[in-house]
Amino acid sequence: MAYLDHAATTPMLAEALEAYVAAAREVGNPSSLHAAGRHARRLVEESRERIAAALGARPSEVVFTSGGTESDNLATKGIFWARRSASLNHNRVVASAVEHHAVMDAVEWLGTHEGAQISWLPVDSGGRVDPSAVAAVIDQYADEIAVISVQWANNEVGTLQPVHELAALAAAAGIPFHTDAVQAVGQVPVDFTASGAAAMTVTGHKVGGPVGVGALLLGRDVACTPLLHGGGQERDVRSGTLDTAGVVAFATAVETTVKSQVEYAARVGALRDDLVARVRAAVPDVICNGMTGDRLPGNAHFSFPGCEGDALLLLLDAAGIYCSTGSACSAGVAQPSHVLIAMGADDDRARSSLRFTLGHTSTTADIDALVAALPGAVERARRATAWKTPR
Amino acid sequence: MSGGVDSAVAAARAHDAGHDVTGVHLALARNPQTYRTGARGCCTLEDSRDARRAADVIGIPFYVWDMADQFHESVVDDFVAEYAAGRTPNPCLRCNEKIKFEAVLDRAVALGFDAVVTGHHARLGADGLLRRSVDHAKDQSYVLAVLTGDQLSRAVFPLGDSTKAQVRDEAAARGLAVADKPDSHDICFIADGDTKGFLQRKLGEAPGDIVDGRTGEKLGTHDGAYAYTVGQRKGLDLRVPAPDGRPRYVLSITPVTNTVTVGPREDLEVDVVTATRPIWHGAETPVECDVQLRAHGEVVPAVVTVADGTLTARLLSPARGVAAGQAIVAYRRDPAAGDIVLGSATITEGTASEALRPSAPAAPSASAPSASASASASASALSASAPSASPSRDDLAVRAGGSVAVAVGASGDDRG
Repeated sequence: MAYLDHAATTPMLAEALEAYVAAAREVGNPSSLHAAGRHARRLVEESRERIAAALGARPSEVVFTSGGTESDNLATKGIFWARRSASLNHNRVVASAVEHHAVMDAVEWLGTHEGAQISWLPVDSGGRVDPSAVAAVIDQYADEIAVISVQWANNEVGTLQPVHELAALAAAAGIPFHTDAVQAVGQVPVDFTASGAAAMTVTGHKVGGPVGVGALLLGRDVACTPLLHGGGQERDVRSGTLDTAGVVAFATAVETTVKSQVEYAARVGALRDDLVARVRAAVPDVICNGMTGDRLPGNAHFSFPGCEGDALLLLLDAAGIYCSTGSACSAGVAQPSHVLIAMGADDDRARSSLRFTLGHTSTTADIDALVAALPGAVERARRATAWKTPR
Repeated sequence: MSGGVDSAVAAARAHDAGHDVTGVHLALARNPQTYRTGARGCCTLEDSRDARRAADVIGIPFYVWDMADQFHESVVDDFVAEYAAGRTPNPCLRCNEKIKFEAVLDRAVALGFDAVVTGHHARLGADGLLRRSVDHAKDQSYVLAVLTGDQLSRAVFPLGDSTKAQVRDEAAARGLAVADKPDSHDICFIADGDTKGFLQRKLGEAPGDIVDGRTGEKLGTHDGAYAYTVGQRKGLDLRVPAPDGRPRYVLSITPVTNTVTVGPREDLEVDVVTATRPIWHGAETPVECDVQLRAHGEVVPAVVTVADGTLTARLLSPARGVAAGQAIVAYRRDPAAGDIVLGSATITEGTASEALRPSAPAAPSASAPSASASASASASALSASAPSASPSRDDLAVRAGGSVAVAVGASGDDRG
């Protein structure tokens, strides 16, 4: 088995799993006033501090959530609502065209249900937002923009965005800037305060923590209307009983991966470069998508001309190699990736793409297995493409 | 795998037989909500989940294949065009011909699979002959008879030796949650089951005349000939009663003049059926055999001849409600091992021989529009019938949502 889909989810770190199990054995709601509750609260607050320290935030800026999707929704909708409540002029959302669906669909929803105006930021052929395009949008709509959201790193093609520049442009105009850093934490240096962002999404299961826990790092002075109402556990911005064990394991995973980030990036980046070189050798006409420089160390993304990504995935799956077409599904039917389309790819190229993502358990053996299976799979997938040709 | 019980058990049996099986669910609409919703139909998210769950239980990989474009073009558009041409298509048959055993099969073979396994109720043995299922009520050989020998050579129907009840019991014993899922009966791409309304939306209203087949007299009007069924008696809404007071039936639909022709029951009878695009499996003709003229219809003894791209069946006893566009399937009786499909073709016309209707009934008066017109109308029962009102309805139990499992043999890797 060669697991080349770490961007989808990565195995839990042993220390995170141990921390989870230890905490899960104990009883106590962090909101309870008795000793058991106080103990759980202490575990949560220690975790908050560890995450804050690892990501360059203040502890009070860590708002625990159920994960990336909730954090993205909370940031985009919550900041939009709060800003529009403050001024009806603030009725515009700006986001890049390559956002994860958790941002993109939340923004679309604001357009459809809240009457928000939307400005989608274009990207270049590498998937990168041009800061001058953001500056132009800000110039044009400075008084209207409620929130700007641009991801730190793209989940499909791994492109790193110029987050610091974009955040600075937004800050200069007094506009809150949100960034989805789900894919970036542990892969590249991420410092919330230094980034200048007003809000940042992180999640547990992409860094070796559990699924179902994440956080929105939310600047202390950033107003945000809650999505979930209830006990007001997290700064009155997010309600719901805190998942003590999940939070502890999440903190352990963030701390561990951030601590080892430099070493990780060097090791996995070298593996990735090897993967790209060998895939190119095996399939000479392959197209590499994304940037050569500013990209996540574990990400490789290709288009295989004449193939359908779906067919390749099926064949590689049967050979024990797990990867992703990186595209959204509806009833399991692949739609062409909006990311590749935004990068200027046509439908065929978008549908012919596959994402391979490496992580902390990846080894050269994984790449050996891929390269052994790939040429045969590509050949078959090319034959299968002909099935669509009308007779 | 459609999400129904048949394809789930078929996949399980293929898996048990030692094949390397991959479950495939066909997405036939880009937007699943466009098609039938609810547990009884195909193509829905729920069905897709049921199929995925069945694959999990069996322990096979599962994928959704997007066949929406091909399905729309080959099945839905064809369905509408056939009705517009005054014929009665069978969309399940077309789906088998063009989707499951063409688009899916071709893709599967290219990917290295050996065969397509489906949950159809029909037998296909080592002799390569397609036979009826042991469960005559559920037999689907009629909608598979359109398959060529090449297609059949890569088809596997593991359920042909079992009754539907046995299949359900087996599903329950295997822990498949779809064991008691209801059968689907309607056309999967007509979400509300309203075929007439669907055709009306696609084809628009097209008012025309309802005329008496014998006299040519105009008896009323209709909003679209496609809404009428050969053999239909109710809902004609004719203001003029028949002179003899007997009920009148739809005899034929003539698209060129947009006319629905009605007449007495005996005028529905035909004893010669001609059909085009024959798929014939080699029996010498003329051959005396049984023919079936619609899904789950009665069989009629006949002498069948295939020559020059035309199949002609001389029926030894007359049939009623023979609709152009439906398939005629010829069977050789074999009570022991299952009646054998000799071949099939698409009906173009049903006519009454001189023996059946020696002379056209005389017009009641000399001033009747034309005796020859009435003679030709009554002698030709070329017809279109709407599945929702015809006995072919049951056939639509064939799950157009994609009851397909793909089996890979051990030698799959070496296949070209």
